[in-house]
Amino acid sequence: MSDVETPPDPPSKDDVSETQRNSEMYKRVTGIGTSAREAMLVPALAVLTALIVGAFIIAVTDVDTLAVWGEDPAEAFRLTVSGIFDAYRALFVGSVGSLDAISETLFAATPLILAGLAVAVGFQAGLFNIGVNGQMHIGGMAALWVGFTFAIPAVFHVPLVLAAAIAGGALWAGLAGFLKARTGAHEVITTIMLNFIALFLVDYLLKSSLFQAPGRNDPISQPANPTSVFVSLFSDYRLNIGFVVALIAVALVWWLMYRTTIGFEFRAVGYSPSGGRYAGMNVAWVYISVMAVSGALAGIAGANQIVGLEPYRGISNFAGNIGFDAIALALLGRSHPVGVLFAGLLFGGLRAGGREMQGAAGIPIDLVLVLQALIIVMIAAPELVRAIYRVKTPDQEITTVTSTGWGA
Amino acid sequence: MTAVSDASEQAINTRATPAAKRATVVGIVLIMLAAFTFWAFGLGVESGFESQFNLSLPGARYEGLSWIVDSRAVGFIVALVLAFLGGLTLRRSHPKWTNLSLSVGLALFVFSFLTWAAADGAFSFVGMLTSTVVLSVPVTLGALTGLMCERVAVINIAIEGQLLTSAFVGTIVGSAAGIWIGLVAAMLTGALLGAVLAVLAIKYRIDQIIAGVVINIFALGLTSFLARRVLAQSQDLNSPGRFGSTKIPFLGDIPVIGPMFFDHNMFVYITFILVVALHFGLFFTRWGLRSRSVGEHPKAADTVGINVHRTRYRNVILGGVIAGFGGGFLTLAQVSRFEENLTAGIGFIGLAALIFGRWRPLGILAAGLVFGFARALQQKLGILGTPIPSEFLSMTPYIVTIIVVAGVVGRARPPAAVGQPYIKD
Repeated sequence: MSDVETPPDPPSKDDVSETQRNSEMYKRVTGIGTSAREAMLVPALAVLTALIVGAFIIAVTDVDTLAVWGEDPAEAFRLTVSGIFDAYRALFVGSVGSLDAISETLFAATPLILAGLAVAVGFQAGLFNIGVNGQMHIGGMAALWVGFTFAIPAVFHVPLVLAAAIAGGALWAGLAGFLKARTGAHEVITTIMLNFIALFLVDYLLKSSLFQAPGRNDPISQPANPTSVFVSLFSDYRLNIGFVVALIAVALVWWLMYRTTIGFEFRAVGYSPSGGRYAGMNVAWVYISVMAVSGALAGIAGANQIVGLEPYRGISNFAGNIGFDAIALALLGRSHPVGVLFAGLLFGGLRAGGREMQGAAGIPIDLVLVLQALIIVMIAAPELVRAIYRVKTPDQEITTVTSTGWGA
Repeated sequence: MTAVSDASEQAINTRATPAAKRATVVGIVLIMLAAFTFWAFGLGVESGFESQFNLSLPGARYEGLSWIVDSRAVGFIVALVLAFLGGLTLRRSHPKWTNLSLSVGLALFVFSFLTWAAADGAFSFVGMLTSTVVLSVPVTLGALTGLMCERVAVINIAIEGQLLTSAFVGTIVGSAAGIWIGLVAAMLTGALLGAVLAVLAIKYRIDQIIAGVVINIFALGLTSFLARRVLAQSQDLNSPGRFGSTKIPFLGDIPVIGPMFFDHNMFVYITFILVVALHFGLFFTRWGLRSRSVGEHPKAADTVGINVHRTRYRNVILGGVIAGFGGGFLTLAQVSRFEENLTAGIGFIGLAALIFGRWRPLGILAAGLVFGFARALQQKLGILGTPIPSEFLSMTPYIVTIIVVAGVVGRARPPAAVGQPYIKD
């Protein structure tokens, strides 16, 4: 890419505002250009605030205790505080309280990290991949098919499963990238629609003779062969090589984005598509390849939900909410691979701890979704955090953030 | 760079597919459909089979009306007409003719498909059309919510969350204080979430897609959490009762049209009235002109003294009221009980209908009916036992939307300023 060094033509007036808009969006989702203090401070305060709001929600939904307030406020207060304390202790114990809890946290973090990376790669290139859910489904189904069709030694089988997942996810996401590059169809709309198409396609396939478990009428597949599954890293714990795959993915994405020409082009186009075009980059090709890389990562996350999870079968909507949690993760991790890793560990801890909270303290795990929503909104609107905590940050003048319209 | 990259750069800059190219695509599609119809719905049916379309519901004033056709003949005739339309479209490439041929062709194709599905059997045509109208209501209402927001340039992908939360609140308040108060509470909930979206989008200028995603995650989490923690313990809060249907005198007795349009609960009637009112309001009143100008060119609107931010707040909140009404329909009329993730993507079909309807109320109504028809067809085909998997019919709204946004058959153009916050200089 010798053209990269060519000085770009002076952009026209319209392009200046486009560049400004994009770079501000870029700054917001990547944290680049903000001070290190703010890059850490805002996420930390966001998590803290979410936990406080969560405590409030636990308190006001405790039907039994609410009845006590009228009779004995002191006792009610004690019950409320102990209810919140029990819930958060269970959350803590269930996520890091024991070796088994840590294994569960890392186990839950595996698909989250992979899916979060998928969204982060898109963000870095200025694309909003909301279709991780669908790419996980297609990648997972490809992995499943390879998993039960072949019976070869695990050293060949597991890589083959991963390759199939990568191909499936990349293809599904690449379709959205292709449509954007060729026709300008906005990737948010196409990926949302592709999510639903994938969901129904999975339901159809699970009931087809190709996938369906023999003797079953419901949408459930036959299990992947034992040679194709992610083996446990330590006996007695659920943590498996899927986590190692996720760590390798973090390193590879970091290398791709910051150490290669392709990654440079991705980020340059994310910073300013017109700037990239002036510098001689093939923007259409960048859109397609960014989506393909993003979808490949999502595909591995989907494979993890099949070959990394007992009983190694495909079921309806096996990707669940992970594709949407991934958006929260990428924002929390500032779209940096290492940031996504830590955000994934945090959310994995919330998941593992949330199960313990549900079992031990009777608080439905859906509270974790509420916490996640609160975290993203504060990351995406740091002004909220500033307003709540009255912290001053040097870049208060950054107020604009925008995605391109549907038509662009 | 190379010629290849130049070509693709050009493709990126190309906004609209030329009308002639589109006519060619449509013409070829129609001819392929003709061939398929001839083979599957003509030759594929044994001669002598008849299809019976029942045109009245049991218990109607004019009971027992039906229409019987020769199944095989319908297949052949439709194939012939499709081939003729295809040829016509290939010859002349006027955009109006292209779209008309495509709509007529698709309608005939569906008719021929139904004839094939009902060959040697009977089929409640009216029943399907009636459920088409009922199923279109939440989709249309969701799309109208999106319309209110996007016409003033605020992207709303939180329709799903608005529907879900207001359905939830409607259930609880409706169970405790009666269905009318429940409906009001549902509408206020929709408005509240609309206000949250508006504040995030307008005051904090947060990326509007992220704001929508946040509201959806929040809505799903909170309603599931509360359903498990509160509703599971007190079941009496989860049985609000429902709005009954009111048959309109005389009109309701007309065969076919009567049960389709004039024998429903008030949600259905109000949805139709709302579509007409919004069409009139948006294109023939001062409010509509101001709203559209804020969506197309906020700076120009500001220059002539329109308060851009106030207009946006007002319309996004009013859109929330419509979503709340739709949420109320789900739990106070369609079913009278809340379940986790009850909406299951209806809000996103609404978003699809908004795009397919090209950001116009009447277009949205048509899109809502098309998507409602797809869902109704899916239910009926299960009963008829046709070998078409229902999953493929479920995909239709989403596939159609991708085709529309990709501009393969007619390009949809959103309001120009959509998604961009407005900063006063």
